[in-house]
Amino acid sequence: MCTTCGCGSGETRVEGEAHDHDHAHAFKPLLGQGQLHYGLAHRQAPGMSQGRMVRIEQDILAKNNSYAAANRRCFADRGIFALNLVSSPGSGKTTLLVRTILALKGGLPLAVIEGDQQTSQDAERIRTTGAQAVQINTGRGCHLDAHMVGHAMEKLELPDAGVLMIENVGNLVCPAAFDLGEAHKVAILSVTEGEDKPIKYPDMFAAASLMLLNKCDLLPYLDFDVDQAIAYARCINPRLEVIRTSATSGEGMDDWLAWIMRGAATARGQGATGRG
Amino acid sequence: MHEMSLAEGVLQLIEDAARDQGFNSVRTVWLEIGQMSSVEPEAMRFCFDAVTRDSIAEGAILEIIDTPGTGWCMACALTVPMQARYDPCPRCGSYQVQATGGTEMRVKELEVD
Ligand SMILES: Nc1nc2c(ncn2[C@@H]2O[C@H](COP(=O)(O)OP(=O)(O)OP(=O)(O)O)[C@@H](O)[C@H]2O)c(=O)[nH]1
Ligand SMILES: [Mg+2]
Ligand SMILES: [Zn+2]
Ligand SMILES: [Zn+2]
Repeated sequence: MCTTCGCGSGETRVEGEAHDHDHAHAFKPLLGQGQLHYGLAHRQAPGMSQGRMVRIEQDILAKNNSYAAANRRCFADRGIFALNLVSSPGSGKTTLLVRTILALKGGLPLAVIEGDQQTSQDAERIRTTGAQAVQINTGRGCHLDAHMVGHAMEKLELPDAGVLMIENVGNLVCPAAFDLGEAHKVAILSVTEGEDKPIKYPDMFAAASLMLLNKCDLLPYLDFDVDQAIAYARCINPRLEVIRTSATSGEGMDDWLAWIMRGAATARGQGATGRG
Repeated sequence: MHEMSLAEGVLQLIEDAARDQGFNSVRTVWLEIGQMSSVEPEAMRFCFDAVTRDSIAEGAILEIIDTPGTGWCMACALTVPMQARYDPCPRCGSYQVQATGGTEMRVKELEVD
Protein backbone atom coordinates (compact mmCIF):
# COMPACT_ATOMS: atom_id res chain seq x y z
CA MET A 1 0.00 0.00 0.00
CA CYS A 2 1.43 3.36 -0.96
CA THR A 3 -1.15 5.96 -0.02
CA THR A 4 -3.59 6.55 2.77
CA CYS A 5 -6.48 8.81 2.08
CA GLY A 6 -8.99 7.95 4.78
CA CYS A 7 -12.11 8.45 2.73
CA GLY A 8 -14.29 6.68 0.23
CA SER A 9 -17.13 7.57 -1.99
CA GLY A 10 -20.84 7.11 -2.21
CA GLU A 11 -22.22 3.73 -3.06
CA THR A 12 -18.92 2.12 -3.85
CA ARG A 13 -18.28 -1.18 -2.12
CA VAL A 14 -14.91 -2.86 -1.97
CA GLU A 15 -15.54 -6.51 -1.17
CA GLY A 16 -18.97 -5.68 0.19
CA GLU A 17 -17.73 -3.13 2.74
CA ALA A 18 -19.38 0.25 2.48
CA HIS A 19 -16.84 2.95 2.16
CA ASP A 20 -18.61 6.02 3.36
CA HIS A 21 -17.44 9.48 3.26
CA ASP A 22 -19.04 12.55 4.51
CA HIS A 23 -17.14 15.32 2.83
CA ALA A 24 -20.15 16.29 0.76
CA HIS A 25 -21.76 17.34 3.99
CA ALA A 26 -18.76 18.55 5.94
CA PHE A 27 -19.61 22.20 5.50
CA LYS A 28 -23.30 21.96 6.12
CA PRO A 29 -23.22 23.17 9.72
CA LEU A 30 -21.53 26.36 8.60
CA LEU A 31 -24.53 27.06 6.45
CA GLY A 32 -26.77 26.83 9.49
CA GLN A 33 -28.49 29.54 11.50
CA GLY A 34 -28.23 33.13 10.56
CA GLN A 35 -26.96 32.36 7.10
CA LEU A 36 -29.27 33.42 4.34
CA HIS A 37 -29.58 31.08 1.47
CA TYR A 38 -30.78 32.78 -1.63
CA GLY A 39 -30.94 29.93 -4.07
CA LEU A 40 -30.93 30.34 -7.79
CA ALA A 41 -32.08 33.92 -8.23
CA HIS A 42 -29.83 35.59 -5.69
CA ARG A 43 -27.24 36.94 -8.03
CA GLN A 44 -29.75 39.04 -9.91
CA ALA A 45 -31.16 40.57 -6.74
CA PRO A 46 -30.73 44.35 -6.98
CA GLY A 47 -28.51 46.01 -4.44
CA MET A 48 -26.74 42.81 -3.47
CA SER A 49 -23.05 43.18 -2.94
CA GLN A 50 -20.73 41.06 -4.99
CA GLY A 51 -19.24 37.99 -3.36
CA ARG A 52 -15.55 37.28 -3.11
CA MET A 53 -13.95 35.82 -6.24
CA VAL A 54 -11.80 32.70 -5.90
CA ARG A 55 -9.70 31.47 -8.80
CA ILE A 56 -9.55 27.70 -9.21
CA GLU A 57 -8.28 26.95 -12.75
CA GLN A 58 -8.26 23.19 -12.22
CA ASP A 59 -9.31 20.32 -14.42
CA ILE A 60 -12.56 18.71 -13.29
CA LEU A 61 -10.77 15.38 -13.20
CA ALA A 62 -7.90 16.83 -11.13
CA LYS A 63 -8.88 14.80 -8.08
CA ASN A 64 -9.01 11.53 -9.98
CA ASN A 65 -5.79 12.41 -11.75
CA SER A 66 -3.96 12.97 -8.47
CA TYR A 67 -5.12 9.59 -7.13
CA ALA A 68 -4.07 8.03 -10.45
CA ALA A 69 -0.64 9.64 -10.18
CA ALA A 70 -0.26 8.19 -6.68
CA ASN A 71 -1.23 4.71 -7.94
CA ARG A 72 1.20 5.06 -10.85
CA ARG A 73 4.05 6.02 -8.48
CA CYS A 74 3.23 3.03 -6.31
CA PHE A 75 3.23 0.67 -9.32
CA ALA A 76 6.50 2.14 -10.59
CA ASP A 77 8.25 1.87 -7.22
CA ARG A 78 7.21 -1.74 -6.92
CA GLY A 79 7.81 -2.73 -10.52
CA ILE A 80 4.16 -3.69 -10.96
CA PHE A 81 2.74 -3.86 -14.49
CA ALA A 82 -0.86 -2.66 -14.30
CA LEU A 83 -3.41 -2.99 -17.12
CA ASN A 84 -6.88 -1.47 -17.32
CA LEU A 85 -9.21 -3.72 -19.37
CA VAL A 86 -12.03 -1.76 -20.94
CA SER A 87 -14.88 -2.87 -23.18
CA SER A 88 -18.63 -3.03 -23.53
CA PRO A 89 -20.40 -5.59 -21.31
CA GLY A 90 -19.89 -9.20 -22.29
CA SER A 91 -16.96 -8.81 -24.71
CA GLY A 92 -15.16 -11.57 -22.81
CA LYS A 93 -12.92 -9.72 -20.32
CA THR A 94 -13.33 -12.19 -17.46
CA THR A 95 -13.15 -15.25 -19.71
CA LEU A 96 -9.92 -13.90 -21.25
CA LEU A 97 -8.51 -13.15 -17.80
CA VAL A 98 -9.25 -16.65 -16.54
CA ARG A 99 -7.55 -18.16 -19.55
CA THR A 100 -4.61 -15.75 -19.23
CA ILE A 101 -4.09 -16.59 -15.57
CA LEU A 102 -4.18 -20.31 -16.22
CA ALA A 103 -1.65 -19.90 -19.03
CA LEU A 104 0.68 -17.72 -16.93
CA LYS A 105 0.39 -19.86 -13.86
CA GLY A 106 3.65 -20.16 -12.01
CA GLY A 107 5.25 -17.63 -14.35
CA LEU A 108 4.32 -14.25 -12.96
CA PRO A 109 2.61 -13.22 -9.72
CA LEU A 110 -0.75 -11.78 -10.76
CA ALA A 111 -3.76 -10.25 -9.06
CA VAL A 112 -7.06 -8.92 -10.35
CA ILE A 113 -9.30 -6.02 -9.42
CA GLU A 114 -12.82 -6.60 -10.73
CA GLY A 115 -15.20 -3.70 -11.31
CA ASP A 116 -18.93 -4.27 -11.77
CA GLN A 117 -22.00 -2.35 -10.70
CA GLN A 118 -23.27 -5.34 -8.73
CA THR A 119 -22.30 -8.89 -7.69
CA SER A 120 -18.93 -10.47 -6.96
CA GLN A 121 -19.37 -13.17 -9.58
CA ASP A 122 -16.41 -12.07 -11.67
CA ALA A 123 -14.02 -11.99 -8.69
CA GLU A 124 -15.24 -15.48 -7.78
CA ARG A 125 -14.58 -16.69 -11.32
CA ILE A 126 -11.02 -15.34 -11.04
CA ARG A 127 -10.47 -16.98 -7.63
CA THR A 128 -11.33 -20.40 -9.03
CA THR A 129 -7.99 -20.14 -10.87
CA GLY A 130 -6.18 -19.67 -7.55
CA ALA A 131 -5.35 -16.02 -8.29
CA GLN A 132 -6.15 -13.22 -5.85
CA ALA A 133 -9.07 -11.00 -6.77
CA VAL A 134 -10.84 -8.05 -5.16
CA GLN A 135 -14.32 -7.08 -6.29
CA ILE A 136 -15.33 -3.42 -6.43
CA ASN A 137 -19.05 -2.75 -6.81
CA THR A 138 -19.64 0.73 -8.12
CA GLY A 139 -23.38 0.83 -7.43
CA ARG A 140 -24.78 3.35 -9.88
CA GLY A 141 -21.27 4.29 -10.99
CA CYS A 142 -20.48 3.41 -14.57
CA HIS A 143 -16.68 3.20 -14.30
CA LEU A 144 -13.86 2.60 -11.83
CA ASP A 145 -11.92 5.60 -10.58
CA ALA A 146 -8.36 5.84 -9.29
CA HIS A 147 -9.46 6.31 -5.70
CA MET A 148 -11.36 2.99 -5.66
CA VAL A 149 -8.38 1.22 -7.20
CA GLY A 150 -6.01 2.62 -4.55
CA HIS A 151 -8.21 1.14 -1.83
CA ALA A 152 -8.62 -2.16 -3.62
CA MET A 153 -4.80 -2.40 -3.77
CA GLU A 154 -4.76 -2.32 0.04
CA LYS A 155 -6.73 -5.57 0.04
CA LEU A 156 -4.34 -7.37 -2.28
CA GLU A 157 -1.04 -8.91 -1.38
CA LEU A 158 0.53 -8.50 -4.76
CA PRO A 159 4.28 -9.11 -4.63
CA ASP A 160 6.64 -6.58 -6.19
CA ALA A 161 7.25 -7.06 -9.90
CA GLY A 162 3.83 -8.67 -10.36
CA VAL A 163 1.04 -8.03 -12.84
CA LEU A 164 -2.17 -6.23 -11.85
CA MET A 165 -5.16 -6.72 -14.12
CA ILE A 166 -8.00 -4.26 -13.56
CA GLU A 167 -11.25 -5.30 -15.24
CA ASN A 168 -13.26 -2.11 -15.60
CA VAL A 169 -17.05 -1.86 -15.59
CA GLY A 170 -18.44 -2.97 -18.95
CA ASN A 171 -19.02 0.40 -20.64
CA LEU A 172 -17.48 1.77 -23.83
CA VAL A 173 -17.83 5.40 -22.80
CA CYS A 174 -16.95 6.51 -19.28
CA PRO A 175 -13.89 4.42 -18.35
CA ALA A 176 -11.97 6.20 -21.12
CA ALA A 177 -11.85 9.44 -19.12
CA PHE A 178 -10.75 8.00 -15.78
CA ASP A 179 -7.06 7.27 -15.46
CA LEU A 180 -6.47 4.57 -12.86
CA GLY A 181 -2.67 4.82 -12.90
CA GLU A 182 -2.33 1.86 -15.28
CA ALA A 183 0.54 1.38 -17.71
CA HIS A 184 -1.92 0.77 -20.56
CA LYS A 185 -5.58 0.54 -21.31
CA VAL A 186 -6.44 -2.61 -23.24
CA ALA A 187 -9.69 -2.35 -25.22
CA ILE A 188 -11.50 -5.60 -25.91
CA LEU A 189 -13.82 -5.58 -28.91
CA SER A 190 -15.71 -8.78 -29.61
CA VAL A 191 -16.63 -9.58 -33.17
CA THR A 192 -20.34 -9.85 -32.35
CA GLU A 193 -20.45 -6.11 -31.58
CA GLY A 194 -19.94 -4.84 -35.15
CA GLU A 195 -16.91 -3.32 -36.83
CA ASP A 196 -18.14 0.26 -36.37
CA LYS A 197 -17.66 0.45 -32.59
CA PRO A 198 -14.24 2.18 -32.78
CA ILE A 199 -15.72 5.12 -34.69
CA LYS A 200 -18.94 5.19 -32.67
CA TYR A 201 -17.10 5.20 -29.33
CA PRO A 202 -13.77 6.76 -30.31
CA ASP A 203 -12.54 7.91 -26.89
CA MET A 204 -12.06 4.36 -25.68
CA PHE A 205 -10.03 3.29 -28.69
CA ALA A 206 -8.04 6.53 -28.65
CA ALA A 207 -7.09 5.91 -25.01
CA ALA A 208 -6.05 2.26 -25.50
CA SER A 209 -2.58 0.98 -26.43
CA LEU A 210 -3.76 -2.48 -27.44
CA MET A 211 -7.02 -3.81 -28.85
CA LEU A 212 -7.90 -7.46 -28.41
CA LEU A 213 -10.33 -8.47 -31.12
CA ASN A 214 -12.05 -11.26 -29.21
CA LYS A 215 -14.42 -14.12 -30.04
CA CYS A 216 -12.64 -14.65 -33.35
CA ASP A 217 -13.80 -18.28 -33.19
CA LEU A 218 -17.25 -16.93 -34.16
CA LEU A 219 -16.07 -15.19 -37.36
CA PRO A 220 -17.26 -18.01 -39.67
CA TYR A 221 -20.83 -17.39 -38.49
CA LEU A 222 -20.81 -13.60 -38.83
CA ASP A 223 -20.51 -10.82 -41.40
CA PHE A 224 -17.92 -9.05 -39.30
CA ASP A 225 -15.22 -7.37 -41.44
CA VAL A 226 -11.97 -7.70 -39.46
CA ASP A 227 -9.92 -5.42 -41.71
CA GLN A 228 -12.56 -2.70 -41.60
CA ALA A 229 -12.74 -2.89 -37.80
CA ILE A 230 -8.97 -2.52 -37.52
CA ALA A 231 -8.94 0.29 -40.11
CA TYR A 232 -11.62 2.17 -38.15
CA ALA A 233 -9.68 1.72 -34.91
CA ARG A 234 -6.41 2.93 -36.46
CA CYS A 235 -8.19 5.91 -37.98
CA ILE A 236 -8.91 6.98 -34.39
CA ASN A 237 -5.56 5.79 -33.02
CA PRO A 238 -2.81 5.15 -35.60
CA ARG A 239 -0.48 3.59 -32.99
CA LEU A 240 -3.01 1.03 -31.70
CA GLU A 241 -1.67 -2.53 -31.57
CA VAL A 242 -4.16 -5.27 -32.41
CA ILE A 243 -4.24 -8.97 -31.49
CA ARG A 244 -6.99 -11.32 -32.67
CA THR A 245 -8.02 -13.60 -29.84
CA SER A 246 -10.50 -16.21 -28.84
CA ALA A 247 -10.89 -16.93 -25.16
CA THR A 248 -12.60 -20.20 -26.04
CA SER A 249 -10.30 -21.63 -28.73
CA GLY A 250 -7.12 -20.02 -27.43
CA GLU A 251 -6.32 -18.26 -30.71
CA GLY A 252 -3.97 -15.32 -30.21
CA MET A 253 -3.21 -16.19 -26.60
CA ASP A 254 0.51 -16.62 -27.28
CA ASP A 255 0.78 -13.11 -28.73
CA TRP A 256 -1.22 -11.66 -25.86
CA LEU A 257 0.90 -13.47 -23.26
CA ALA A 258 4.09 -12.29 -24.98
CA TRP A 259 2.77 -8.71 -24.93
CA ILE A 260 2.14 -9.00 -21.17
CA MET A 261 5.58 -10.52 -20.53
CA ARG A 262 7.30 -7.70 -22.40
CA GLY A 263 5.40 -5.06 -20.44
CA ALA A 264 6.05 -6.82 -17.15
CA ALA A 265 9.77 -7.05 -17.91
CA THR A 266 9.90 -3.31 -18.62
CA ALA A 267 7.98 -2.48 -15.44
CA ARG A 268 10.23 -4.78 -13.42
CA GLY A 269 13.33 -3.07 -14.83
CA GLN A 270 12.00 0.37 -13.94
CA GLY A 271 11.01 -0.81 -10.47
CA ALA A 272 14.50 -2.25 -9.90
CA THR A 273 16.08 1.04 -10.95
CA GLY A 274 13.72 2.96 -8.68
CA ARG A 275 14.40 0.69 -5.71
CA GLY A 276 18.09 0.32 -6.51
CA MET B 1 -20.84 10.93 -20.73
CA HIS B 2 -20.65 10.36 -16.97
CA GLU B 3 -21.62 13.94 -16.13
CA MET B 4 -22.60 12.69 -12.67
CA SER B 5 -19.03 11.84 -11.73
CA LEU B 6 -17.76 14.99 -13.38
CA ALA B 7 -20.22 17.03 -11.32
CA GLU B 8 -18.89 15.24 -8.23
CA GLY B 9 -15.39 16.24 -9.35
CA VAL B 10 -16.50 19.88 -9.51
CA LEU B 11 -17.96 19.67 -6.01
CA GLN B 12 -14.74 18.14 -4.66
CA LEU B 13 -12.70 21.01 -6.07
CA ILE B 14 -15.14 23.51 -4.52
CA GLU B 15 -14.94 21.78 -1.14
CA ASP B 16 -11.15 21.73 -1.23
CA ALA B 17 -11.12 25.43 -2.04
CA ALA B 18 -13.58 26.13 0.81
CA ARG B 19 -11.25 24.35 3.23
CA ASP B 20 -8.19 26.27 1.97
CA GLN B 21 -9.78 29.67 1.55
CA GLY B 22 -12.42 29.59 4.26
CA PHE B 23 -15.76 30.34 2.64
CA ASN B 24 -19.16 29.03 3.64
CA SER B 25 -21.29 29.27 0.56
CA VAL B 26 -20.96 29.54 -3.18
CA ARG B 27 -22.98 31.92 -5.33
CA THR B 28 -21.61 31.19 -8.78
CA VAL B 29 -19.39 28.56 -10.38
CA TRP B 30 -17.67 29.21 -13.72
CA LEU B 31 -16.82 26.13 -15.72
CA GLU B 32 -14.89 26.10 -18.95
CA ILE B 33 -16.19 23.27 -21.12
CA GLY B 34 -14.56 22.75 -24.50
CA GLN B 35 -16.77 21.86 -27.46
CA MET B 36 -14.70 18.70 -27.95
CA SER B 37 -14.62 17.66 -24.30
CA SER B 38 -17.55 15.22 -24.65
CA VAL B 39 -19.38 16.92 -21.79
CA GLU B 40 -23.01 17.80 -22.50
CA PRO B 41 -23.61 21.19 -20.86
CA GLU B 42 -27.30 20.45 -20.19
CA ALA B 43 -26.51 17.10 -18.59
CA MET B 44 -23.83 18.82 -16.53
CA ARG B 45 -26.34 21.39 -15.23
CA PHE B 46 -28.77 18.68 -14.26
CA CYS B 47 -26.12 16.63 -12.48
CA PHE B 48 -24.57 19.66 -10.79
CA ASP B 49 -27.92 20.53 -9.22
CA ALA B 50 -28.36 16.95 -8.04
CA VAL B 51 -24.84 16.55 -6.67
CA THR B 52 -24.70 19.90 -4.85
CA ARG B 53 -27.95 19.39 -2.95
CA ASP B 54 -27.20 19.68 0.80
CA SER B 55 -23.68 20.85 0.05
CA ILE B 56 -21.81 24.14 0.31
CA ALA B 57 -22.67 24.80 -3.34
CA GLU B 58 -26.39 24.15 -3.10
CA GLY B 59 -28.30 26.61 -5.27
CA ALA B 60 -25.18 28.05 -6.85
CA ILE B 61 -25.50 29.37 -10.39
CA LEU B 62 -23.54 27.39 -12.93
CA GLU B 63 -22.01 29.54 -15.67
CA ILE B 64 -20.66 27.47 -18.54
CA ILE B 65 -18.11 29.07 -20.83
CA ASP B 66 -17.79 26.98 -23.97
CA THR B 67 -14.55 27.16 -25.88
CA PRO B 68 -14.44 26.34 -29.59
CA GLY B 69 -12.68 23.28 -30.96
CA THR B 70 -9.40 23.83 -32.79
CA GLY B 71 -6.74 21.49 -34.10
CA TRP B 72 -3.31 21.54 -35.73
CA CYS B 73 -3.34 20.00 -39.19
CA MET B 74 0.07 18.55 -40.03
CA ALA B 75 -0.63 18.53 -43.76
CA CYS B 76 -1.74 22.17 -43.91
CA ALA B 77 0.64 23.23 -41.10
CA LEU B 78 -2.20 25.40 -39.85
CA THR B 79 -4.58 25.71 -36.93
CA VAL B 80 -8.03 24.72 -38.18
CA PRO B 81 -11.51 24.77 -36.61
CA MET B 82 -12.82 21.38 -35.48
CA GLN B 83 -16.33 20.20 -34.64
CA ALA B 84 -15.46 16.83 -33.16
CA ARG B 85 -12.30 15.26 -31.87
CA TYR B 86 -11.68 12.69 -34.56
CA ASP B 87 -12.91 14.70 -37.54
CA PRO B 88 -10.72 15.21 -40.60
CA CYS B 89 -9.21 18.60 -41.43
CA PRO B 90 -11.94 20.84 -42.94
CA ARG B 91 -9.42 22.26 -45.45
CA CYS B 92 -7.63 19.17 -46.78
CA GLY B 93 -9.50 16.14 -45.41
CA SER B 94 -6.44 14.69 -43.66
CA TYR B 95 -6.93 12.81 -40.38
CA GLN B 96 -3.53 13.93 -39.13
CA VAL B 97 -5.11 16.62 -36.97
CA GLN B 98 -4.11 17.04 -33.35
CA ALA B 99 -6.74 18.66 -31.12
CA THR B 100 -5.24 21.82 -29.61
CA GLY B 101 -8.22 23.65 -28.12
CA GLY B 102 -11.72 22.93 -26.94
CA THR B 103 -10.94 19.74 -25.04
CA GLU B 104 -10.78 21.38 -21.61
CA MET B 105 -13.18 20.81 -18.75
CA ARG B 106 -12.04 23.08 -15.99
CA VAL B 107 -13.35 24.84 -12.93
CA LYS B 108 -12.22 28.42 -13.55
CA GLU B 109 -13.53 30.58 -10.79
CA LEU B 110 -16.02 30.85 -7.93
CA GLU B 111 -17.97 33.69 -6.44
CA VAL B 112 -18.28 32.93 -2.73
CA ASP B 113 -19.33 34.33 0.63
N1 LIG C 1 -17.50 -17.83 -28.57
C1 LIG C 1 -16.84 -17.11 -27.66
N2 LIG C 1 -17.47 -16.74 -26.54
C2 LIG C 1 -16.78 -16.02 -25.63
C3 LIG C 1 -15.43 -15.65 -25.82
N3 LIG C 1 -15.03 -14.92 -24.76
C4 LIG C 1 -16.09 -14.85 -23.93
N4 LIG C 1 -17.14 -15.51 -24.45
C5 LIG C 1 -18.49 -15.63 -23.85
O1 LIG C 1 -19.06 -14.34 -23.76
C6 LIG C 1 -19.86 -14.22 -22.60
C7 LIG C 1 -19.41 -13.02 -21.77
O2 LIG C 1 -18.08 -13.26 -21.31
P1 LIG C 1 -17.48 -12.56 -20.03
O3 LIG C 1 -16.07 -13.04 -19.91
O4 LIG C 1 -18.36 -12.71 -18.85
O5 LIG C 1 -17.50 -11.05 -20.51
P2 LIG C 1 -17.12 -9.74 -19.68
O6 LIG C 1 -16.54 -8.81 -20.66
O7 LIG C 1 -16.27 -10.10 -18.51
O8 LIG C 1 -18.53 -9.24 -19.20
P3 LIG C 1 -18.90 -8.11 -18.10
O9 LIG C 1 -17.91 -8.26 -16.97
O10 LIG C 1 -20.27 -8.45 -17.70
O11 LIG C 1 -18.78 -6.82 -18.82
C8 LIG C 1 -19.73 -15.54 -21.87
O12 LIG C 1 -20.85 -16.32 -22.18
C9 LIG C 1 -18.45 -16.13 -22.43
O13 LIG C 1 -18.45 -17.53 -22.40
C10 LIG C 1 -14.80 -16.07 -27.04
O14 LIG C 1 -13.62 -15.78 -27.32
N5 LIG C 1 -15.57 -16.78 -27.92
MG1 LIG D 1 -16.51 -9.60 -16.49
ZN1 LIG E 1 -21.09 7.11 -17.36
ZN1 LIG F 1 -5.39 20.12 -43.48
